[in-house]
Amino acid sequence: MGRYLLKRLLISIPLLVLVSFCTFCLMQFSPLDPAEVVLQAQGVPQITPELVAQTKAELGMDKPFIVRYLDWLLSCLQLDFGHSYVTGKSVWSLLGPAFVNTLKLTLVSVAAILVLSVALGVICALQAGKRTDQAVRAVSFLLASLPPYLLAAILVWYFAVKLDWLPTSGMDSYKSYLLPVAVTTIGYAGIYFRMVRSAVLGNLHEEYVRYSRACGLPERKIMLHVIRNSLQVTTAVFCMAIPVILGGTVVVENVFAWPGLGTLSVKAIMSRDFPLIQAYVLVLAVAFILFNTVSDVLQAALNPKLREEL
Amino acid sequence: MAVLEVADLQIWDSGTNQCLVAGSSFQVKAGSCLAIVGESGSGKSLTCKAIMRLNDSGLRQSGEIRFKGENLLALSEKEMRQKRGKQICLIVQNGMRAFDPSCVVGVHLLETIATHFDWGRDEITTRLTAAMESVMLRNPREIMNKYPHQLSGGMLQRIMIALALVLAPDLIIADEPTTALDAVSAFEVVEQLMALRQNTGCAMIFVSHDLGVVKKIADEVLVMKEGAVVESGAAHQIFSKARHEYTRYLVSNKLALSQRFSQVMGGVDVAEG
Ligand SMILES: Nc1ncnc2c1ncn2[C@@H]1O[C@H](COP(=O)(O)OP(=O)(O)OP(=O)(O)O)[C@@H](O)[C@H]1O
Ligand SMILES: [Mg+2]
Repeated sequence: MGRYLLKRLLISIPLLVLVSFCTFCLMQFSPLDPAEVVLQAQGVPQITPELVAQTKAELGMDKPFIVRYLDWLLSCLQLDFGHSYVTGKSVWSLLGPAFVNTLKLTLVSVAAILVLSVALGVICALQAGKRTDQAVRAVSFLLASLPPYLLAAILVWYFAVKLDWLPTSGMDSYKSYLLPVAVTTIGYAGIYFRMVRSAVLGNLHEEYVRYSRACGLPERKIMLHVIRNSLQVTTAVFCMAIPVILGGTVVVENVFAWPGLGTLSVKAIMSRDFPLIQAYVLVLAVAFILFNTVSDVLQAALNPKLREEL
Repeated sequence: MAVLEVADLQIWDSGTNQCLVAGSSFQVKAGSCLAIVGESGSGKSLTCKAIMRLNDSGLRQSGEIRFKGENLLALSEKEMRQKRGKQICLIVQNGMRAFDPSCVVGVHLLETIATHFDWGRDEITTRLTAAMESVMLRNPREIMNKYPHQLSGGMLQRIMIALALVLAPDLIIADEPTTALDAVSAFEVVEQLMALRQNTGCAMIFVSHDLGVVKKIADEVLVMKEGAVVESGAAHQIFSKARHEYTRYLVSNKLALSQRFSQVMGGVDVAEG
């Protein structure tokens, strides 16, 4: 197991390098000239070729490509992502707090998704084909197929405007979490509970369930075994839900004015703030690789057969 | 006296209304062994599961199943669960799939015994260890800490037998306990099943394709074909003067097939039948 952990971590290193390289290239091949963007952002009235060349030199754009990449990579490793072209502030001072805010939203949502999916998945599997199962599936299908902005609008209208229970936007108290978390959770739980349901159904037909029943074990104990085995498959998917939601909060954050990555990234894209976009893409890519590793390790830890082969 | 009396057992698929077992009746006398033989798909496993009321929910059954005079089909689910394991024990074909793959086998054994008896953990372990040793499993404690995939099919089969030894039921239902095993392991498992019967005096339903083994272990034989009982009677009678043509066909064919077994069983001339 220890060796597997090490191996898995070592594999992610070249992956991380590759991802950082791709991120860097993406920005370099953009049709816009960063020097011009900077000058425009600074409100320079007339952009002359000399001025562009001078700014390029200031930004270090005249150096060879590979040197620039290595410079950038080294500073990224120290969490120095450069300065925003638009505001001139350091990228990390903008990205860091936004990342933390989105992470809070994500973790609360993932916890809610996990609880809801497992509970609904298990209940529906046990009631498969019966009314409860059909009702839950129908409702979840309806809710999950609503676009998030529409769902958000409906919830805001009802809970914030009509009933005046919850704030419409911002991030002031735990109450501010309810609506954004609800929108995120409804969308994803509708998908994930189906996975739990089918995993539990598959396990319920396993021979070990019949043998346990034949041994007179109480149904509740057997269910614990079934749930444990079903979650093995779904753990990987739940782990990957964290980066997916981290990168997928754009709509929710913009609707609820959540000061997170989604809001920040849209602003950065609108204003062509290259260093900020670059850092945003890099952080998300790293999150994907990280959680992919965690999910692999968790899966191995849960499955004795896998654990042994490693 | 009969431990189990099955009268007019019918099993059908509620979805397609197809009849899978058509009105079979038989009984198992206290302390005796009834073998059920028949070709694949003849309803042997369905019959076994019907006795324990463990068939899939899509299957329906009717008739009467009396266990020690009590109609099992009239019991509540809770009462039935208390019978399972404690009084009627199942031994299934594929040990590899009979245990939760992500738990060590000891978990299932301890949970089962703790469900039926108020023994402390130490007493359970002592009894289990003794039972496992008696079915020729060396290092029981080590085995209990192994995952199913780390053990052989024969070992898992003997673990199920050891569990039955501890539970001391009145009836053991063994559904093809040797089919998935090689000849040597099958021989060991049959030996242990016979020892189990001797030690506990329990009755047994033994389902098998292997007439060589059936001849060795069974007192009575039930022959099934396409969901119906075609012949039943004392084992020696079935083997020597079968009345039904299908039984004669089975005996002549299957006995020839089980030659390899007769060699391992050591000089029992199964072909003489
Ligand atoms: N859950 C089910 N739903 C519908 N039909 C079933 C179901 N289980 C079994 N059957 C059918 O019932 C018939 C008898 O099956 P059963 O498992 O009892 O056979 P068997 O005698 O045990 O055969 P084998 O020797 O292969 O184990 C088969 O034709 C099978 O297709
Ligand atoms: Mg069968």
